[in-house]
Amino acid sequence: MKIKAQYAMVLNLDKCIGCHTCSIPCKNVWTNRKGAEYMWFNNVECKPGIGYPKKWEDQNGYRGGWQLKGGRLELKAGGRLHKGINIFHNPDLPTIDEYYEPWRYDYERLIKSPRRRHQPSIRPVSQLTGENINLRWGPNWEDDLAGLGETGSGDINFKNLEFATYLEFRNVFMFWLPRLCEHCLNPACVASCPSGALYKRDEDGIVLVDQERCRGWRYCVSGCPYKKVYFNWKTGRAEK
Amino acid sequence: MAERSLLSALRFFRPKGKPHGCREEKTADNWAETRCGQREWEELYRRRWQYDKKVRSTHGVNCTGSCSWDVYVKNGILVWETQRTDYPACGEGFPNHEPRGCPRGATYSWYTYSPVRLKYPLVRSSLMAMWQDALHHQKDPVAAWESIVTDDEKRRRFHKDRGKGGFVRASWDQVATIVAASLIHTIKVYGPDRIFGFTPIPAMSMVCYASGARFLSLIGGSMISFYDWYCDLPPASPQIWGEQTDVPESADWYESTYFIVWGTNLPMTRTPDAHFYTEARYRGAKVAAVAPDYAEYVKFADTWLPARAGTDAALAMAMTHVIFKEFYIDRQVAYFTDYAKTYTDLPFVVVLESKGDTFTPGRFLRAADLDLETNNAQWKTVLYDAATHGFRVPNGSIGFRWNEEGRWNLKLDENDERIDPLLSFASEPDHWKSVSFPVFESAGARSKTGIAPVKTIATPAGELHVTTVFDLMAAHLGILPQEAPDSSADYPQGYQDPKPYTPAWQEAITGVPQADVIRVAREFADNAEKTRGKSMIFLGAGTNHWYHSDMIYRTIIGLTTLCGCQGVNGGGWAHYVGQEKVRPQAAWSQVAFGLDWRRPPRQQNGTSFYYFGTDQWRYDTLRPDAILSPLGSAAAARHMADYNVIAARLGWLPSYPQFNQNPIELVREAVSNGASSDEDIIAYAVEKLKSGDLRFSIEDPDNPLNFPRVLFLWRANLLGASGKGHEYFLKHLLGVENAVFNTDGSLRPQEVEWREPAPEGKLDLLVTLELRMSTSAMYADVALPAAGWYEMHDLNTTDMHPFIHPFNPAIDPPWETRTNWEQFKTIAEKFSEMAVAHLGEVKDLVATPLMHDSPGEIAQPDVKDWRKGETDPIPGKTMPSLAVTSRDYPNTYKMMTALGPLAAKVGVGSKGVVWNASEEVDALKQALGTVAESGVSQGMPSMATAKQAAETILMLAPETNGETAVKSWVGLERKTGLDLQHLSLRRQGERYRFDDLTVQPRKIITSPIWSGIESEERRYSPFVINIEEKVPFRTLTGRAQFYQDHLWMRDFGEHLPLFRPPLDVMALEAAHVQREAGREIVLNYLTPHSKWSIHSTYSDTLTMLTLFRGGEAIWLNDEDARKIDARDSDWLECFNANGVVMAKAVVSPRIPPGKAFMYHAQERMINTPGSKLSGQRGGTHNSVTRIMVKPTHMIGGYAQLSYGFNYYGPIGSQRDEVIVVRKAGEVDWYED
Repeated sequence: MKIKAQYAMVLNLDKCIGCHTCSIPCKNVWTNRKGAEYMWFNNVECKPGIGYPKKWEDQNGYRGGWQLKGGRLELKAGGRLHKGINIFHNPDLPTIDEYYEPWRYDYERLIKSPRRRHQPSIRPVSQLTGENINLRWGPNWEDDLAGLGETGSGDINFKNLEFATYLEFRNVFMFWLPRLCEHCLNPACVASCPSGALYKRDEDGIVLVDQERCRGWRYCVSGCPYKKVYFNWKTGRAEK
Repeated sequence: MAERSLLSALRFFRPKGKPHGCREEKTADNWAETRCGQREWEELYRRRWQYDKKVRSTHGVNCTGSCSWDVYVKNGILVWETQRTDYPACGEGFPNHEPRGCPRGATYSWYTYSPVRLKYPLVRSSLMAMWQDALHHQKDPVAAWESIVTDDEKRRRFHKDRGKGGFVRASWDQVATIVAASLIHTIKVYGPDRIFGFTPIPAMSMVCYASGARFLSLIGGSMISFYDWYCDLPPASPQIWGEQTDVPESADWYESTYFIVWGTNLPMTRTPDAHFYTEARYRGAKVAAVAPDYAEYVKFADTWLPARAGTDAALAMAMTHVIFKEFYIDRQVAYFTDYAKTYTDLPFVVVLESKGDTFTPGRFLRAADLDLETNNAQWKTVLYDAATHGFRVPNGSIGFRWNEEGRWNLKLDENDERIDPLLSFASEPDHWKSVSFPVFESAGARSKTGIAPVKTIATPAGELHVTTVFDLMAAHLGILPQEAPDSSADYPQGYQDPKPYTPAWQEAITGVPQADVIRVAREFADNAEKTRGKSMIFLGAGTNHWYHSDMIYRTIIGLTTLCGCQGVNGGGWAHYVGQEKVRPQAAWSQVAFGLDWRRPPRQQNGTSFYYFGTDQWRYDTLRPDAILSPLGSAAAARHMADYNVIAARLGWLPSYPQFNQNPIELVREAVSNGASSDEDIIAYAVEKLKSGDLRFSIEDPDNPLNFPRVLFLWRANLLGASGKGHEYFLKHLLGVENAVFNTDGSLRPQEVEWREPAPEGKLDLLVTLELRMSTSAMYADVALPAAGWYEMHDLNTTDMHPFIHPFNPAIDPPWETRTNWEQFKTIAEKFSEMAVAHLGEVKDLVATPLMHDSPGEIAQPDVKDWRKGETDPIPGKTMPSLAVTSRDYPNTYKMMTALGPLAAKVGVGSKGVVWNASEEVDALKQALGTVAESGVSQGMPSMATAKQAAETILMLAPETNGETAVKSWVGLERKTGLDLQHLSLRRQGERYRFDDLTVQPRKIITSPIWSGIESEERRYSPFVINIEEKVPFRTLTGRAQFYQDHLWMRDFGEHLPLFRPPLDVMALEAAHVQREAGREIVLNYLTPHSKWSIHSTYSDTLTMLTLFRGGEAIWLNDEDARKIDARDSDWLECFNANGVVMAKAVVSPRIPPGKAFMYHAQERMINTPGSKLSGQRGGTHNSVTRIMVKPTHMIGGYAQLSYGFNYYGPIGSQRDEVIVVRKAGEVDWYED
């Protein structure tokens, strides 16, 4: 793309302490809205781990990004034909369970509870269904190697490692990966959009989804290999 | 491209105009297209970001962060916060402090409008019903209150509702009346010392702390300490240096070139400072991490020493062995030796006591033994001068601090002659003698022998055999000096010989390979030698929250002392647990404890208060004789509680409630019996104590006469966060349903009355004043809604940096919330009104302990108990000090809201440094305006608002007022004979007002209250003033002490630093707990600080809960989980005799086998199912802990081992604890 300047954010992974101070103000400012509850424009994950959404890095599964075929650049998810056939059901989209089902709590019950036999308490309730939810995944479920034995070996970066070795106490290792939209020079999300709703600004290289042009096809969501375009279920548009 | 098809063109029409200067074109094989215009929708994002104002504030939470944040307001609604980046720079070549902040703080705005926020005053409905009914009959609120609490059934009725819901909304006037009535009733019947306030950590919000503390202190209530209760106090710091805690700012880490990070998870708990840790490595600093788990900080280290949790002292002893041998015995390092001679007790002389065919180390030799010195000869210690070959009494020991001037310094001169202390007698002994030392191992305690070079002195009292602390250390460490003769003593033959205290010996205990220990010890010392002390050891809760934490710390800190690292930029200890450093401490104390109106205030040490108040003493099975040295005297008593009683009556520890008689009544009785002066009243009380007619409340804590009656909790979550033995709190203090499985211990104290049955529900009234519905509020009788940190004025400082931050209101407190200052004013006003008829002005007898940094600290060279007739009861000498204080109850409100006369008349000060504040008070009259209303406060500076209280602190404090800083050195200059004013002279003209701090964070000014220097050129490091200016440490010898010679220290085997294994808690409690082998596993229970909360604050925010597992969680190792067939995210039931906690399993191989990590705090209200074991909702992380007290922490009247509020006292340790863990299976939610 022809741009005049490119903003970049550099994250020194040697210095990152995995604290999430970066992701929370971002969430508070940008995705603290209805329809955006599960979105973390910036998230931090702990590796080895499968991250958020689950296994986002595995392009064999999600088919995000580009590939070189016969010397020519192609979207891994396929060209016009594939898009046309799948336009009403995109097989490469992560489901909400792969991100996580956002939940909340009925806090007010703690204050307003009538006198009870047992001390009042509150349980997680799904923000999508309003039902009690048994929590199974979140945007940072694997923090500090939590559940490493359950999910860690799914981390595609370590597929050639003898993973069992790293499940032994003295051998464990970890690092944190804060990640956000890369504002790619050749964004796969922009290329994936049937409506041409995504674009890259020429003055600073920022990639955006035009909220007026977006028609909710969500090919940008699956097209991004980083899964940093999100679908807002309330507005029916993609956001990043 | 198909997108350019007809279909797409028809679906929406794009204006084809060519905006100025833009050319549409296709590029990159038609993959890319440049278009012009149509960016108007971007306004959506710009409008989202837009705000109307931003205000600087901070977070008043106990995290040590003290970060300056911008708070954004949009359409009058508080929306979010971002970090400020305008801190003064750290200087050339240093990274800056900013941007400070952490994920917890970033979440605070969520609380503002959240449904968990308390909006209105709440009262338990059963209490409210009875109250309204009583008022109907009584009219007088005090009589109404009395009619409820003196009726057992009525009292019980609302007590048992605590924690069960059923709050009703009340008005501020109603709650103020209830609270005031309860206070007046309590003062009348039992005394003001039955009223308590608990709020921790003034540094995090100084005025909020002061609001309740001031009110309660003025009425004679007791404030409860927190630093010791939280187990954040490292008792070793007072023991070694006579200082509560003083540590480097985090920028100073960058100066260090060798780090040992030992039990403090820097990235997780020092989040805003951790970058200095990661950055120092780019300068070449080498990092060794000691951690039982693969904690976050281990990731950044070069070496991981995975010492088993609680065994750190063994590791440190082995390192000491290596360093002592290689850098003091095999060769000498001039820098180390000079440092040791000048700043440590290593050259000081100790008397050996004969014990059979061996000797044991006894007390320090004193000037009195040699008939030298006249003033305080009992408190002046002795060393041997290599130059004159004679024993000398150098300057600086504590005897020089009191009743004389000019010689309390570390100059090694005496009458213009230079002393050259001899570290060891090995080169010129009179004899070599066998000396025995205790050794503590898991298998039990035993003794071992070494040999020491001894000099024999003839004294009037007989022949004394003496040696140096250095020589004792060598023998104790198992290092034979080159000059030593052959002996049969049991010395290890090299590092591989597994005898105390070699690297091989520690390997069996800690699991750390000996080669690693040797390497790290050498690197640490070698680096310190080359850089003159820039080796640093970081410490925290991981090393401090143990029963024997003082031993852990003494062994570790010893490494920094031996290597000359203390008082050096980039070197020394760096202990960070708890936001201790209230920088303007002296000024703040004045305001917080009402010292400007009345002295002394009542200040109670928390751990003892809760130990007795929640009846945990009844369940204590830890026998004192089980932890005694095999070489000391027999136990002074048979139960830990007995030691506390002895400490109380000898004046070593405070003790409130005071006596088994209302102190106001006691004064009246004395007067009616002829007492006509304060001295007479005191003498009367002493007689009554001596005869036994008057007793200390602590001797009979289960007598209703001695119950604590009213407790205020603010800025604190005692029941949900810090309360060790949570279930005992519920049972005995509150009288509610609880999960205590334990039964009374079989051990009965001899000094404490045993009553049956144990009382349940001691407290008449529990009042909380806070932002949200926490566990404490849930269990309160009255829960008052507090304003948040973005809605008030206040001040915040920390150990981590030299700045002082303001809180500013971005919005007004919404709904009916009020700031703490306003809340307590509301109560004070109502109280004062009602006090006119009910109380009037009365006299109160206040007992206080012998205080550190006062002449009381040299009151008791020997342990003599007046109750046993070993000495006379003399207040301030052999027993607590007694003072008569007037309580002008009707004027409480007026006193609270004005700065009283004593700041100018008596002075402001702390840590033994005092100055007169007349100029500051006059300036305040101008700055704040004076009280116009006639009465006791007329003409005095007004402190009606929180901002005025903050201004008062800033004006009175040397740290923020340059003139005061310069002036404040004068007293210390006289005492020490040193020139010290120059330390603050450059900043004499500076003075900070509150609004100055709002403009930009400001650096504080160097003052005599703190031991480091703050300047443009260097970062803050503790003890720099001691080292560079030769101001003594406030200890017996005036130096950093390896040796603790108090009788109780020796009896418990802790005179020298050594390893003590974690307590065998299994042995203490196993009998009470049902076990189902095969489905259960027993694990050591550790509760490190959480990543997703600051204790309990933020733990309930949706953001924090979303970013991990959404509720209570406990970490286990994979192998341990497999043993009980548990998988990640399964519900677990974790219990012991103290109670049960339900949590979800987090299974990870980064946790070592044998340990369970439950990061704290985890309350019991969110995602907390019921427990089948108890039939109740699962508890908090503290439902499985219990208070355990240690006698050596109770010592008083003895130099650095003397009481100070939050300075010394028994600690609230908990990591020795074990739990039984099993899968819970299907859980019940108990929603009825």
